[in-house]
Amino acid sequence: MNLFVRANRQSPLLLAIVSVLLGMVVGAILMLVAGYDPVRAYSALFRTPFTQPFDIGETIRTISPLIMTGLAVAIAFRTGLFNIGAEGQYIIGQLVAIIVALKFSLPPVLHALVALILGGLAGALWALLPGILKATRGVHEVISTIMMNFLAFYLSNYLVRSWLSSGADSTPMIPESASIRWDPLQSIFVNSRIHLGIILALLLALFMYWLLWRTTIGFEFRAVGLNPSASEYAGMSVKRSIIMSMLISGSFAGLAGATEMLGTDEYLTILTFFNGLGFDGIAVALLGGNTPLGVILAAVLFGVLTYGGGTMQFEANVPFEVIRVVFAAIILFVAANVTGWIVERFRRGRKVKENA
Amino acid sequence: MFVVEMEGITKRFGSFVANDGIDLRVKRGEIHALLGENGAGKSTLMNILFGLYQPEEGTIKINGKKVTISDPNVAVRLGIGMVHQHFMLVEPFTVTENIILGKERSRMGFLDLKRAEEEVRRLSEQYGLQVDPRAKIRDISVGMQQRVEILKTLYRGADILIFDEPTAVLTPQEIDELIDIMKRLVQEGKTIIFITHKLKEIMRACDTVTVIRRGKMIDSLPVSDTDENRLASLMVGRDVSFSVEKAPSQAKDPVLEVEGLVVKDNRGIEAVKGLDLTVRAGEIVGIAGVDGNGQSELIEAITGLRRVNAGVVRLNGTDVTNKKTREILHRGVGHIPEDRQKRGLVLDFSIGENLALITYNRSPFARGIRLRYPEVFAHAKRLIEQFDVRTPDERTAARALSGGNQQKAIIAREVERDPDLLIAAQPTRGLDVGAIEFIHRRLIEQRDKGKAVLLFSLDLDEVMKLSDRIAIIFRGKIVGYVDPKTVTEEELGLMMAGGKGEEATS
Repeated sequence: MNLFVRANRQSPLLLAIVSVLLGMVVGAILMLVAGYDPVRAYSALFRTPFTQPFDIGETIRTISPLIMTGLAVAIAFRTGLFNIGAEGQYIIGQLVAIIVALKFSLPPVLHALVALILGGLAGALWALLPGILKATRGVHEVISTIMMNFLAFYLSNYLVRSWLSSGADSTPMIPESASIRWDPLQSIFVNSRIHLGIILALLLALFMYWLLWRTTIGFEFRAVGLNPSASEYAGMSVKRSIIMSMLISGSFAGLAGATEMLGTDEYLTILTFFNGLGFDGIAVALLGGNTPLGVILAAVLFGVLTYGGGTMQFEANVPFEVIRVVFAAIILFVAANVTGWIVERFRRGRKVKENA
Repeated sequence: MFVVEMEGITKRFGSFVANDGIDLRVKRGEIHALLGENGAGKSTLMNILFGLYQPEEGTIKINGKKVTISDPNVAVRLGIGMVHQHFMLVEPFTVTENIILGKERSRMGFLDLKRAEEEVRRLSEQYGLQVDPRAKIRDISVGMQQRVEILKTLYRGADILIFDEPTAVLTPQEIDELIDIMKRLVQEGKTIIFITHKLKEIMRACDTVTVIRRGKMIDSLPVSDTDENRLASLMVGRDVSFSVEKAPSQAKDPVLEVEGLVVKDNRGIEAVKGLDLTVRAGEIVGIAGVDGNGQSELIEAITGLRRVNAGVVRLNGTDVTNKKTREILHRGVGHIPEDRQKRGLVLDFSIGENLALITYNRSPFARGIRLRYPEVFAHAKRLIEQFDVRTPDERTAARALSGGNQQKAIIAREVERDPDLLIAAQPTRGLDVGAIEFIHRRLIEQRDKGKAVLLFSLDLDEVMKLSDRIAIIFRGKIVGYVDPKTVTEEELGLMMAGGKGEEATS
């Protein structure tokens, strides 16, 4: 509980910047130890995502689902819930989207729209069960959402093999009518797989801001997240807030999955492991201080690191795993609230001098 | 001969100066009172003496020798013991087990409980504590548990005992017994530092009193040279009126009627067992009782925060048993909760948001689901001024306010909703005299406006001063009503402990 309160309270910007820099220092040390050149690696990392229109398009594509899963985790966080299940909700969103794309026959635009909406709803339903369990039985959402992740994972693999393909490892491509790639957008970023997901992601960020800080529902979410006892005392329904928040959180993650399916991948394969976009959402939310703008900025950073990390591999011969280490280090620094610690140290040091 | 000499002690927390050059000299074999309002710096000073905090400036001498008390272990070795306000006992363990915890005797690697038990029995007899070394903590009364805490310090060889507000949790009879024990301890050569803000107890028990106000030592004088009024003005820094001015009550129709109420506590044990209570418009009914006799469960049941297992709660004649909290609040119940930081406020919300915590979804704050922050803050500005809440502005987080101002904000919110029934639970706990006066005036104002007020307080003085009728709660039942004008504190204490008193002036 303390973690939520702290995560919802701290001034996030300074902490985020310091943590990112420290995380990169850790990455640099790792590279030096392993015999790589960190200067070349980092310059490749930060240059390539922005050089060609194609790269920019691909970077934006990488960023879009991160924004959505980041928002999903953040909105639950604001209500005092740790939705580890964004990963499973993402998988279900992508599964339902491809089912609609392959099994329904609808006119263009409408087909994509229905696939998106049902994908989002599926994610919401996948989060509803843990929400109900938490609200009525007190089952901790971390446990139940982790389990739901595995349910989603194996359900997806089972359906791909048995129903969506004829015993193959992947489904056919989605029809043109269900695609959310958009020609004008693609012509700007020549041939990249950029799609309308980024627009949806930004709209969801706007929606989250409006919901949390401009409506009575969001007022309840935040009150419940910061102090459930006081919320109950004030006559709010803590249960309702928990369930609603999980629904919205799940729908965001489900939409992330649906947009990736209809825009980026266009077919679904047997998953060998979680692709991690839902888990990365936790990192994005934490780094972004659970605010919509913070989530967007954090998603941009992680998107750039992810895409640039891929090219870094070619240009500087540094393995991609280094970037994952940088991610992990950044999150550890955020979670340990390093700035708070440094500022405290600095103050104490100064005080000792004053007294001397 | 001084056993404790603290000179020029200064302790800062950030920019806040908790202790500002305080001097404290305690003679051997005396009961020395440390008097001050909440937040004056008494506990900080004692935590320094016990090694929990390090002072930035100043020196400490024990028995004339300069010492550095870097942690509580050093304090214990110097013969200092502390009886904390909140007991630190393991409930399922016996008295002896608790006392030896951390200082276990062993023989060949095995715990030697027998010898420890004898030792505890001997100490208990020597100081007249009458503690059974084999009783389990959860089976003995709060007063007994406190004696176990005292024994713990004696077992560790303490000569200087610090009592941190020891009477807060006791009935009047238990307080008498504690004072006897303290006198006995002093006779046996111990020295006691007694932290308190209760003047009566100082006059009865202590030899010397040191007054602290806002981190500074104001005066140190023999108790025989002073009186309650003088001490009060030293403590607060101005003259204070002890009495509350109020006209006789004009009680009318019942607002709250509770019949045969049964409520379970968190462990599923019945805490309220068939309780009846009526509060009428235009009167203040005070509930007197020792903590843990069902008070909290009763409040929570009335306000819909806890399930009612049997019985009826009626509000203005309407049955509201097991209705939702929101409905009960909107039917005209105001609730100043017992624990203001846990229940009363969302500390990380702004004061403005906290002042709208109950009404945020109604006009003018909400239109549909849209929350109108300008209205929220305008409303807050009005209340802040009207109720004299000291805050930089309405957007400041509630966390940043002092306890008194946090409480004023809650009272502003609850009184402003103009409820027919105002439930005030421990409304002045931990507040300074100024804030207490303010809150008492507000409660009486509500009564005079023809509202019903239900007051819960562990502070008997407060109950006796404010109430028009006092209901005594014991083991989940109202065991009798008394008239505050005629009852004595002793009678009240006896009834609170389960004895019979005068019945029903209702």
